[in-house]
Order: sequence, then structure tokens, then C-alpha cells
Amino acid sequence: MTALIYTFIAIVCAIAIWQITNIFNLKGVIATERDNNTQGYLFAAFGVFFYVLMIYCLVAYNVVLLPESASVEGEHYDNLYVITMLLILFVQAITQFLLFYFSFKYRGKKGTKALFYADSHKLELLWTSVPTIVLSVLIIYGLWAWNNFMDVSDAERPLIVEVYAKQFQWEARYAGADQTLGRGNVRNIKGMNTMGVDMTDKNAQDDVPTRELYLPKGRKVIFKFRSQDVLHSAYMPHFRAQMNCVPGMITQFSFTPKFTTEEMRANEATVAKVAGINKIRKEKGEDAYEFDYLLLCNKICGSSHYNMQMKIVVQEEADFNTWLKSQKTIAQVLN
Amino acid sequence: MSAHHHKETFVTKYIFSTDHKMISKQYLVTGIFMGVVGVLMSMMFRLQIAWPDHSFTLIEAFLGPHQQDGVMTPDMYLALVTIHGTIMVFFVLTAGLSGTFSNLLIPLQIGARDMASGFLNMVSYWLFFLSSLLMLVSLFVEAGPAAAGWTIYPPLSALPQAMPGSGMGMTLWLVSMAIFIASSLLGSLNYIVTVLNLRTVGMKMVRLPLTIWAFFVTAIIGVVSFPVLLSAALLLIFDRSFGTSFFLSDIFINGEVLHYQGGSPVLFEHLFWFLGHPEVYIVLLPALGITSEVISTNSRKPIFGYRAMVASIIAIAFLSTIVWGHHMFVSGMNPFLGSVFTFTTLLIAIPSAVKSFNYLTTLWKGNLQMNPAMLFSIGLVSTFITGGLTGLVLGDSALDINVHDTYFVVAHFHLVMGVSAIYGMFAGVYHWFPKMYGRMMNKTLGYWHFWITAVAAYGVFFPMHFVGLAGLPRRYYNNTAFPLFDDVQDINIVITLFAILGGAAQIIFLANFFMSIYRGKKATQNPWKSNTLEWTTPVEHIHGNWPGEIPEVHRWSYDYSKPGWEEDFVPQNVPLKEGEEPS
Repeated sequence: MTALIYTFIAIVCAIAIWQITNIFNLKGVIATERDNNTQGYLFAAFGVFFYVLMIYCLVAYNVVLLPESASVEGEHYDNLYVITMLLILFVQAITQFLLFYFSFKYRGKKGTKALFYADSHKLELLWTSVPTIVLSVLIIYGLWAWNNFMDVSDAERPLIVEVYAKQFQWEARYAGADQTLGRGNVRNIKGMNTMGVDMTDKNAQDDVPTRELYLPKGRKVIFKFRSQDVLHSAYMPHFRAQMNCVPGMITQFSFTPKFTTEEMRANEATVAKVAGINKIRKEKGEDAYEFDYLLLCNKICGSSHYNMQMKIVVQEEADFNTWLKSQKTIAQVLN
Repeated sequence: MSAHHHKETFVTKYIFSTDHKMISKQYLVTGIFMGVVGVLMSMMFRLQIAWPDHSFTLIEAFLGPHQQDGVMTPDMYLALVTIHGTIMVFFVLTAGLSGTFSNLLIPLQIGARDMASGFLNMVSYWLFFLSSLLMLVSLFVEAGPAAAGWTIYPPLSALPQAMPGSGMGMTLWLVSMAIFIASSLLGSLNYIVTVLNLRTVGMKMVRLPLTIWAFFVTAIIGVVSFPVLLSAALLLIFDRSFGTSFFLSDIFINGEVLHYQGGSPVLFEHLFWFLGHPEVYIVLLPALGITSEVISTNSRKPIFGYRAMVASIIAIAFLSTIVWGHHMFVSGMNPFLGSVFTFTTLLIAIPSAVKSFNYLTTLWKGNLQMNPAMLFSIGLVSTFITGGLTGLVLGDSALDINVHDTYFVVAHFHLVMGVSAIYGMFAGVYHWFPKMYGRMMNKTLGYWHFWITAVAAYGVFFPMHFVGLAGLPRRYYNNTAFPLFDDVQDINIVITLFAILGGAAQIIFLANFFMSIYRGKKATQNPWKSNTLEWTTPVEHIHGNWPGEIPEVHRWSYDYSKPGWEEDFVPQNVPLKEGEEPS
């Protein structure tokens, strides 16, 4: 494939150079009827190229896309996404067809005269009102889904986790039994207290600091994000979740994990994707890859921005509780 | 103005010229030069993305210590994407596009002898030249140029400790942009005043060609929004150099707590995008204006729905100033604001759809003359639709969450404002080259240029959507740290190959452009049989544009193939026949 493209590029460059020398025969400057004809056909051909490229990408690259949402809230995301994409493809297919078809069909011919057609209120009303109606539907569904993501007021017994960002790593802190995170500020950073937790705050004592993010399946998780130095963004693509971490303020986001890591590994789309990845890795002689949820940084934050990640493990709630109990609280860590 | 003619020296004619036609050429050539720099940068970082561990010793010649053993450093990678973005958005597509064609066409198409203030116009160009120079100088700073992304969000851009590019390189970036904004404001004020005051007899606002409407409204957007970026840049300079805390608070870096307290980076994001989003339309509207003119002329048909086109330009301009928050859905601002910005953002799809359908209807039953400018205009409509449609995903806060800052965004905005605006610029160059240089460009080279570019542009940006949908964030030096993304690497290679193809195709344009200036066939007065006033001026440039009286205007500029006339065009200065209905 690559060799083919190289050859293709070489041929194109050769033709280009040959054509550049043609500049000295300065004959052609305005399109003749023959040009109109050739270019019209080329537009038809380009239309074919365009559709082939579009369909090829949709089919061949389907396997690299993310598997279904691993969060309950993300289901709405996926629905809205599918509706929007179908609409986009529908409009795209029709308008591009018309564009290339008209460019071909009405290519200039001697002796013909264009139609003098300057206005039609009916047509313009049509293509103002139809997009308005369609967009209204999208806007309403979108706003409903957005509020669903952002509203954390009705959550029962949520798990509260702080995600803490710094150049170039992530840390996490669980609120502990009192369901409340202790205050934090960079001015408290000292020694093992890498997140700047205010240890004079009684809510802080039972907080649990960790370097990996464990989450319980089926329980709403409210994330509180902080950053130590520059902007970062906590991006969890499998959960359809993202929020910036901003120095000097706390941002938040919530979702309910739907599949454990094990369940996601068995998901059909994940299996296909992992198989594809492992085929590539095998050719390169690298270790086999096993699927894991990831938290990655998605806001440019410096030299090692491209490698700022944290593993996320989703477990059944009982397993999660066992894990959490096995972790030291911050009071224990610091003493 | 032309009455008291004084003798021109080389300096007053070619360098410190106050003639709008010469200034327009200066803008174009500077813009093309900056474009070459910007495109070469993209070639370098695309090579890095496609083959992260391959050694490119050739690039060492350009990047020196930033390309160790043929492999780019992460900081240089970030610097290249930053400066590529800055140069393409501001120096090529704002100054190069708007500066060139607003300057050339506003006086010629409205029937004026020059801009309202030729002196300010000259100052505007030279400020632009100075800011370009500073931006280029910043490339040679030892620690590298600005590298915090073209959006230069603090604290990353504010703290030299955070990355090497935030030292001297960032200072030069900010000073360069401040001067650029001054240049842009002087230009815009000039355009607005000229359009409002210097129209010839009979040139009512509703008879203005759509190019002029686009330039006029663009200038208004610029005047409204550029000062806000200037204020952001100034406040950032204060934070960086004088210890204020406008955008900074609670920062611990390199083992020490900094003194900053109470500021917010989100404030900077608001100020930045208050320009940043309208900027998209500052770039795009002139390209759409040029396309309207080129498509109508070459279809030999009036543009369909002139009034709707004007209304949508104004609607887009108005909406563009109240949608900036869609760049900030995940910035941590109040979610309610997210809802408001989703609403206003998706509304922009309506005037955009109207414009697209009007272009399609203009082509319908036309008599299409396939000149190179026409090909680029049709190409623009295609990329504008493809890129615009994915805006429905990104403008919807609920959907943006998961594709924000991924390659999906990169693909979207490159198609809708990058490629589209560049196509508009090419269309303009091919169409008005005879007016600028008195010679014609070669059409065969124009065809080759278009078709290779068109194939390459889709070859680059169509597959790129899928890289984004797989979840790969933009601005990653490489993705080898994530086995999850191993399967998009092949797509990245395809993209890079098409990018090189597209970049190489521009050599054809450069050769055609520069050789035609000297060796092109001599132009006739109205080569495209167009209706607008610029084609009533003599081919050889003269001060004051028209040797005698400025022509009077009797009709709009779109009387193509009008029934009752033998020729398929009726220039604006031709009086109505007896009993003829004005269109």
C-alpha cells in the first residue's frame, strides 16, 4: 500500500514538473469549450472519488472507533451521536451529489445561455425553515442530554472522587466514609502530601489518596477536578466524559459506570479492536495489549503532554469496596 | 487626488506606496511567503506524527538542535503546531486574504479612486510586515518559539517554568500579535469608511457586489472583536512580566508555590474566544464573498437570492459574536452557559445552509465556464459543506464532550475554515490576477493545481475524522505511549502522504504565480466578461484608477444572461434600456 502511494506521488511530481515547463507555451488562459467539457467530466469523476473515499473510510475505519459507552449517561450520548451522524451523512450525500452533478451537467457549451433565475421566495423559505425545524429537534435533545450529564443534584449515595492533575501525571483522592473531601490548596504541598490536602480539615482525615482510579459499577461517581500547575483536561473517552482541570478552581463532572473492565474486554467491538491492535503489535514484535479504560490528558500542558495517563479499573461494587478498604487513608500515609 | 500628481520614486511606488492596488499586492506576496512557512511547518510535524521513531536528518537543517539525531523534540513539535496555527489563521488567512482582496477590490468595485485614507492603509501594511517579521524572528529564539498552542492558554503560556517556549518566544509572539491587531484595526476602519462614504453615483448598498458586502461585514467583525484579543494579550503580558494575577491562581510548579492568587485561566479563554470564534468568519466570509462573485460570473447566471445572501452574511456576523463559548464546553464554566452557547451555535447552521443551497441553485442551469477560479470556488462549496456539517457534532455541548480537542476537531476546522478559505484565496488570485498584474495566469497549471489539491485535501482531512473518533487527542507528539491508538497509526501515515502531495501541489501554484507576473500573456480589459466596475479600469495601473470620470452605476452586478440582451453580461455602468426592469 505504502509503496503504491509512493509511486503515485512520484508520478504526480513528474507530471507536475513536466507541466510547469509548459508555462512557456503561454497559450491557454481562459477556459475553452473543450476545457469546460474536460473539467465537467473531471468533476463527475471527483464526485465518484469523493463517495468512494467516504464509504471506504466509514467501512474500513469502523473498527478503530470507540466501543459503546461504558457509562449509563453515555447511552444518550451515543443515541444523539447516531442521530446527528445519520443526518449529517444524509445531507452530505445529497448536497455533494447535487454539487458535482450540476458541475458536470451544466458545463459550459457554446451557443447555450444560462437561465436568468435570480430569486425564489418559495425555495428560500424552504431551505430556511427545514434546517430550522431539524436543528430545533437536535438542540432540544442535545440540551436535555447535556443537563443529564451536568446535573448531579439528584444523585443518591454518589461516590466522590477528586482527580488531581499536574505535569505530567494524575492522582486521585476518594472522599472516604464521611462522603466529603477535605479542602486542598497548593500551599499545603509538602513531602508525601502531594495533593496539598489541608490536614487541619476534619473531613480530610479519612480521604484516600491513590495513583490508580478504581470505580464501582452501577454507582454514580461525582468527579472533582483540580490542577496543580497549568490547564489539563481529564478525558475518559470510553465513558464519553471530559472536563478541564483548572488551577485555582474545582470543576466537576459525573457519570455512572455501566460495564466492569472485564465486561468491556468481552465486548464484541472491543474484542475486534484489540485483535486489530495486537496484529499490528505482533508484526512490530511488541507485547500483546489488553484492554483497559484510560484517563488521558487532553489539554496541551507541556513537553510530556503526550504521555500523561492513568489507568481506570471498573469493578463490581463489592470488589470495589474491598479494594477501597485496603487502601491507606491520607492520615495514615502522612504519619 | 489624481489631479496633483507628483513624481514617483522607486520607494514611493513599490515600498511606501499609498496606492491600494500596490498595497494589495504587498499583502498578497507577504501572505504567500508566510503561507509557505506555515505549510512547510505542517509537513515537518506530519512526518513526525506518521513516523515518530524515524530519523529525518534532512529536517535537522531547518530545526538544528531541536531535531536531535533526526528526531524532533517534543517541545519543537508543540512549537511547530503553535506557529503553524498562528501563521495560517492570522498571517495568511486574515491579512493575506482579507488584506489583499479588500484592498484591491473595495475601491475598484465601489467606484472610488483609492481608500479613504491611503496613508493609514500604508501604515497598516507596514505594521503587518513588522509583526510578520517578529513572528519569524521568534523562530530563532534559543529555547524555541511560543509552543502553548495557537490559543496560548495560560498558565502554560504565562510561566517560563512550564515549558521552554513560554520564555522569550512567547514574549515575541505576544508583541507580534499586538502589532498585528493594530494593523488589522487600521485596515478594517479604512474598509468600513471607504465602503460607507466613497461609493460612486448609483452604487446603492443593495447594488454592492457580494464581495464588498463580505469585506465590509468582515471589517466590522474585526473592529468589534480584535480589540478584545489585544486586551487579553496585554493582560497576559502583565501577568508574565509585572507579577499581576489576571489569569493565574494557586500554582505550584518546579517545587515552589508561586505568588499568584485570585485570577482565572477561564477568563482568558473567554477573552481569547471572543475574538477566536469571530476570527473564523473573519477568515471565511471574504472567501465566501469571492466565491459568490466567481461562481456567478463563471456560471453566467445571477447569484441566486442576493438579498438572502446579504442577510445571511449579516446573520452570520451577528451570531458569530455570541457563540464563543462553544470552544469552552469542558472548560469548567457554568453548564447553563453551555446550553446557551449550544443554542446560538446551532443557529449559525441556518444562514450557512441558506448560503450553500443558494450556491447550488446558482450552478443549476448555468453555463459553467471552468476557469481555475471557478474550480476552486466549487471546491470551496464542497469543503464548506463537509466541514460545516460536522459542526453539528462539535457545536452541541452534549456531543462535544467526547470529541473536544481530538483530531475530529482538527479535521472539522481545517475543512470548514482552512481549506475553504484557502480555496477562496486561490479563486481570488486566479480571478483577479489580470487586474493585479495586467497579465493572465496559465490555466493548465491552474487545473493541475486544483485537482491535486482537491484530492489531497480530502485525502488528508476525511480520514482524520476517524482518528478523532477513535479518541486520539490533538497536539500529541506521538501516540506510542498508548497501545489503544496503535491501530490509527496506519491512518496517520495515509494522512501524511496526502499532506505531502497537497503541499507539493502548491509548488505548481507558486511557479505559475511568479512566472506569470513576468511572462504571463497580456490581459485584456475584461477577460472573464464580468459585470463589476473593476473591469472598466485600464489594464495598466494608474493612480486614481479611472483616467476620466468615475463611471456611474445603473444596475446590480449580477445581470448575467439577462433576457433582452444579446451578450450574456451587462456591466453595472450600462444604463437601463427603455422599459427594462431593474433586477
